Amino acid sequence: MTEFRRQIKDPEKESRIFLFRGRLLLFFVVLLMFVLLGRMAYLQVFQYDIYTLRSERNRTSVEAIPPTRGLIYDRQGKLLADNLPSHSLTLTRELTEDVKLVVARICMLLELDAACQETLTERSYQRRRPFEPALLVDQLTEEQIARIAVNRHLLPGVDISAQLLRNYPGGEALSHALGYVGRISEEDMLTLDRRAYSGTHYLGKTGVERFYEDQLHGKVGYRKVETNARGRVIKVVESELPIPGEDLVLYLDAELQQKIYALLDNRKAAVVAIEPKTGGILSLVSSPGYDPNVFIGMLDSTEFNGLRRDPKLPLFDRASRGQYAPGSTIKPMLGIAALENDIVTRDYELLDRGYFQLPNDDRLYRNWKRTGHGTVDLARAIAVSNNTFFYNLAYNLGIDEMSAFMRRFGFGESTALDVNSAREGLMPSREWKKITQKQPWFPGETLSTGIGQGYWLTTPLQLATATAVLANRGEWVQPRFLASRATETGLLPKKVTKQDIQLKDNENWNYIFDAMADVMHGFEGTARFSGRGAQYRIAGKTGTSQVYSLSQEKDTTETELPEHLRDHAVFVGFAPVENPQIALAIVVENAGGGSKVAAPLARQILDFYLTPERLAAKETHRAP
Amino acid sequence: MPRDFLWSLPDGHRDLRRKESLLARVHLDGWLLLGLLLLMGSGLFILYSATGGSLDATLGQASRFGLALLGMVVIAQIPPRYMQRWAPAIYGFTLLMLLAVLILGIDAKGAQRWISFGAFRVQPSELMKLALPLMLAAYLSKCHLPPRWKNLFIALALMIIPIGLIAVQPDLGTSILVAGAGLVVLFLAGLSWRLIASFFALALAALPALWMVMHDYQKNRVKTFLNPESDPLGTGWNIIQSKTAIGSGGLHGKGWLEGTQSRLEFLPERHTDFIIAVLAEETGLVGVTLLLTLYMLIIWRGMLIALSVSDTFSRLMASAVILTFFVYVFVNIGMVSGLLPVVGVPLPLVSFGGTSSITLMAGFGILMSIHTHKSMAVG
Repeated sequence: MTEFRRQIKDPEKESRIFLFRGRLLLFFVVLLMFVLLGRMAYLQVFQYDIYTLRSERNRTSVEAIPPTRGLIYDRQGKLLADNLPSHSLTLTRELTEDVKLVVARICMLLELDAACQETLTERSYQRRRPFEPALLVDQLTEEQIARIAVNRHLLPGVDISAQLLRNYPGGEALSHALGYVGRISEEDMLTLDRRAYSGTHYLGKTGVERFYEDQLHGKVGYRKVETNARGRVIKVVESELPIPGEDLVLYLDAELQQKIYALLDNRKAAVVAIEPKTGGILSLVSSPGYDPNVFIGMLDSTEFNGLRRDPKLPLFDRASRGQYAPGSTIKPMLGIAALENDIVTRDYELLDRGYFQLPNDDRLYRNWKRTGHGTVDLARAIAVSNNTFFYNLAYNLGIDEMSAFMRRFGFGESTALDVNSAREGLMPSREWKKITQKQPWFPGETLSTGIGQGYWLTTPLQLATATAVLANRGEWVQPRFLASRATETGLLPKKVTKQDIQLKDNENWNYIFDAMADVMHGFEGTARFSGRGAQYRIAGKTGTSQVYSLSQEKDTTETELPEHLRDHAVFVGFAPVENPQIALAIVVENAGGGSKVAAPLARQILDFYLTPERLAAKETHRAP
Repeated sequence: MPRDFLWSLPDGHRDLRRKESLLARVHLDGWLLLGLLLLMGSGLFILYSATGGSLDATLGQASRFGLALLGMVVIAQIPPRYMQRWAPAIYGFTLLMLLAVLILGIDAKGAQRWISFGAFRVQPSELMKLALPLMLAAYLSKCHLPPRWKNLFIALALMIIPIGLIAVQPDLGTSILVAGAGLVVLFLAGLSWRLIASFFALALAALPALWMVMHDYQKNRVKTFLNPESDPLGTGWNIIQSKTAIGSGGLHGKGWLEGTQSRLEFLPERHTDFIIAVLAEETGLVGVTLLLTLYMLIIWRGMLIALSVSDTFSRLMASAVILTFFVYVFVNIGMVSGLLPVVGVPLPLVSFGGTSSITLMAGFGILMSIHTHKSMAVG
């Protein structure tokens, strides 16, 4: 033990210093204790409001509960769009020490492609609230889920969460009718009610999905939850359940749609079928289609670009947005117009020598049959699709009356009630030309309009609608998808903005129907090969939509032209004639004449749709 | 409050001593004991809430308190003169252990603090909180006071070596407490005011140098203290959350076990260093005032004891023990309430943890021994 060196000590002085300094320290101790107390009082009394608010904000957060999107059924109750549970992989950055390592492990486990590391790392660093998981991979397979689950210990911060994703069992065939839902884009955000869509990641982009977005989406619910610092939900303070979107039942016949899509066989074509009684769209097919399911989940950009660059334009809806010259398919409607305006009578006959000439004009407007059809009346002119007769008819009817009357059939406007962004086509008129081309109307243009060429543009949907109105003997039905909603309220109003076409003589309808039946069943009808052997009577009309005007004089034939300049084959028709169940319009691009390509398709479609039961159905259309 | 407790120096010649109460016979001070027991009780009460209602943790702490109380009673039986005699040995041994920690210490939060003796671990820096004042008091009581230059240098060397060893561990909190204990002894021994003034000037000048040698996490703490909002999710989180907890407690608090800040884990280190925030949140200013009063009473009583003894060693040691206790309280509450930077100092006898409770209670054992044993002969 160390010995301390003794020193002379002064106990008195020592005590004096000690007692003084001890008391001094005690005084400071008391003082500092009061400082602490004052500090606490300052925080707890004077800043109470600030910190209470902060604590409250800390504690609770509002979570949106997305509503379940409404289902879509076809007329037979077949599911066209449903919601499937999907598992996605999320990463919470705050719980992960080495994001790169974890991402690399995920890529390896899920066997993702080379770009995975980069894209997933990017997704991990998305801007978000602390402890909010970032979505890395969507639509995990069972095997992928299992692999993640087994390796959980190697993947801190990684979680698998379930949500409902849209699914379209019908695939490509229904793509253009139903449309699809896609991720909400920055652009969508500008116009969207952010509150209503908090928690929803998808939105109807086209078709029925887009048109009925408000009904299908439903109402967002919320949960006010108490969370801890790690973002874990401790308890629900208050909540409001979401109201699921409404289920929709469409007039669409999924089987028919699939059949038509299969028949079109990936050709560039469009078919629209309408139920004349209701205006319900039985089918709206645009071919080629695309698989709407690719827009769900993590869209592969190469797949999307492939669709966009495809020269066959699979993303383009030919049925409601494709605009084609109607060709001869409008001859029955023009016939009605001529009869109503007493331009021709049912007995009127014309001698066709193969061409028509305007007064004081040397130019020959030729019939498609160079030698002419001889004596033709209106019915025969329709059956053999005589052009000379219709040049004459158009010349006498005049562009003004022709344009006005054709508008009554819905040409030049979009009459569809719920077809998203359907085009209006073009019904040319004197005024239209003056305004857009700044040129007067030439008489020759009246003649080409009279055979459905020239400026006149129609969409397959318009052609089908006009055909349905014709089949209804002028009674207007506006085309629509929606048959009913699951909730009885708020059915689509039977908005009739178009006036029915009333003729002075209703017998004219029968006359025209018979002429159209002759197209299919008559001995010289243009589509007689397609009408042969049918168990029911079909009213039809073939047409050829010119893409490139061949010289009237030169002997160039269609087959010598490059494919994309060849004519489109067009067909309109309805059946059975006595009790129309279905009205059709078909356009097959660059396929040549309507009788060769479009009419046989029509027959196959009608045979498929007009089952014995449908044919036996009671006649319900109003008698003339 | 009896006059006797607040104002008379319990100098052993009168009062308790004369009554020869049971407590006095086992060398315990009744008032101090009562204060400590009340404090421990309140500590367990808050701890139960701060651990999220963990009975295991609370009972574990209670048993540690029991052990610490036992330690205190045992130490109280040792007459101060033995302590004085053993001081150099205790100090030397602790210093050796501190050195050992540097060499064989095991990692704990990036700082080496522990040394293992078979199954149980010892934290030598904790021991130094008592060993250093013990050594200084023993040394200075043999010197002429106020200390001469030579004695002063020796005393400073005795201080700086262990403080340095603790600081490089690094354990800023403990080195502050040890330095506090040493400085109290030096100050009460009569360090001249001129030296104190020059020391402060020197310290101020040394600040930049100190900044250079500080660890990143220590620098962050200081930066955060100066501006907690600069990094609310990183280093500022602790202070923002603890202030939020305290402030939202208000006058009456949110109720026991009802503190949202702590229950929902927003409050970090809520059962250790930041436990006062739990108390403040759940019991409000009322609870805080009661706790501070309790601390004040203990310190007051301890100071009275220190002022009442007449021999140099005893009065220096007693003062060091009680003022270290005060430094604990002040640094901890100051840090949690945002007055001081965040340094790892627990709230004495309230924060969860055994080692500091045992050292603290050992200190109170020394205090009681000094109070209840016959004063040593002066000189």
